[in-house]
Amino acid sequence: MKRSGFDYYAPETIQEAVNLLADLGKNAFVMAGGTDLLIKKRHGMIFPDAVVALKNIKGLDRISVGPKKGLSIGATALLADVAAHSGIRNKYPAISDAAKNTANVQIRNMGTVVGNLCNASPSADNAPALLALGATLSITGPQGERTLALEDFFIGPGLTVLEPAEIVTGVTVPPLLPNSGTAYVHLSARGKVDCSAVCVGAHVELKGRKVDNVRLFVGACAPIPMRTPRAEKTMIQKVFTNKLAEKAGETASQEALPITDVRATMDYRNSMVAVMTKRALLLAHKRAM
Amino acid sequence: MKHDIQLMVNGDTYSLAIDPCRTLNQVLREDLNLTGTKLGCGSGDCGACTVIVDGRSVSSCLTLAVEVDGKEIMTVEGLAPSGEELHPIQEAFVEKGAIQCGFCTPGMELSAYHLLSKNPTPTEKEIREGLSGNLCRCTGYNKIVEAISVSADRMNRKPSKRKSR
Repeated sequence: MKRSGFDYYAPETIQEAVNLLADLGKNAFVMAGGTDLLIKKRHGMIFPDAVVALKNIKGLDRISVGPKKGLSIGATALLADVAAHSGIRNKYPAISDAAKNTANVQIRNMGTVVGNLCNASPSADNAPALLALGATLSITGPQGERTLALEDFFIGPGLTVLEPAEIVTGVTVPPLLPNSGTAYVHLSARGKVDCSAVCVGAHVELKGRKVDNVRLFVGACAPIPMRTPRAEKTMIQKVFTNKLAEKAGETASQEALPITDVRATMDYRNSMVAVMTKRALLLAHKRAM
Repeated sequence: MKHDIQLMVNGDTYSLAIDPCRTLNQVLREDLNLTGTKLGCGSGDCGACTVIVDGRSVSSCLTLAVEVDGKEIMTVEGLAPSGEELHPIQEAFVEKGAIQCGFCTPGMELSAYHLLSKNPTPTEKEIREGLSGNLCRCTGYNKIVEAISVSADRMNRKPSKRKSR
């Protein structure tokens, strides 16, 4: 390791944090919970000269659920608090399931949903669920504030479109239509604490018995959490049946681009994309009824 | 640059000047000589370094000491209510033989403490989920789960003991 020390800043406003990042240059890193950042530093993947912690920024840990504004989760809201939030569990069970499935108890008490997104792991548990729900990120940087569809955020493992000195301040999910349901399902070798080998987020909107709209995202099976648009297309304006969900799963499996790694083989992942997509669809459909 | 911080550990207040890259685990073990908190993997997987910060269990190996400035910290040294008496969780661990090499024990007990503070009547499944961030290298999980279940029963029967700290 080249150097082990870094300077530490804990600004009290977003603007101050952005200014610090801009002044300190590219070896300054934003820290929310720190559970990914400190591991990367320890493994020699990054060499921070400075860490800008977000924890002293008031209100950034806010979680709100409302009928008109939908759901918003601040950048420092803990995974544990998102997982346990009764409003999220009632209205957006896919999101609480994803937060609950991230890492272990201690990490959920330290880490954040937004941090999980910004770390941009292809297997990030919170990404497929939020993507399926059409989430939007709020970003503040030297040029001011902007919003960005989460779908346009990831560009590769550990890579996002964030510009230097930009900070993601929160993630927002639009309100759900009455006849819609969402689900997050995942599969991993040890079942509870390890990274997902395959994870799927699904969102289904029904009109009568027919599928009016559907969004499907697969995690850990491509360089980024990926959408499976052909699988979605197989379902549009068709009556929802087990068979249709199975067909969509098979199509999604053809679209996924998994690799073999320590968590699973490519073949296994391909087979499981079909199974997990089907399961996510069935659960989302059940919740839409 | 060093930062001045105050840590409230097991009821005692410490004023320290620390380098910001140092973890809570390092400060507890090296500066405060509270070596009951272990360091296992150093990457948040094993739970041997678990401590309680403001009522929540965290991995002290992934917590910067500077980040917990002004917060209340409990380590395994603070779990027992006095020098003569063990916490019901510790008593049950001893009784049920939930200790083999002992390396995971401090973390297991603090994860159990966190679990029981949130959920005083956990099912076996909830206990196992509550311990999902703690590995026992001797693989003696069953007795640990049993001990936590026994201590939960006892703490519910004797509500005075639950407020031991």
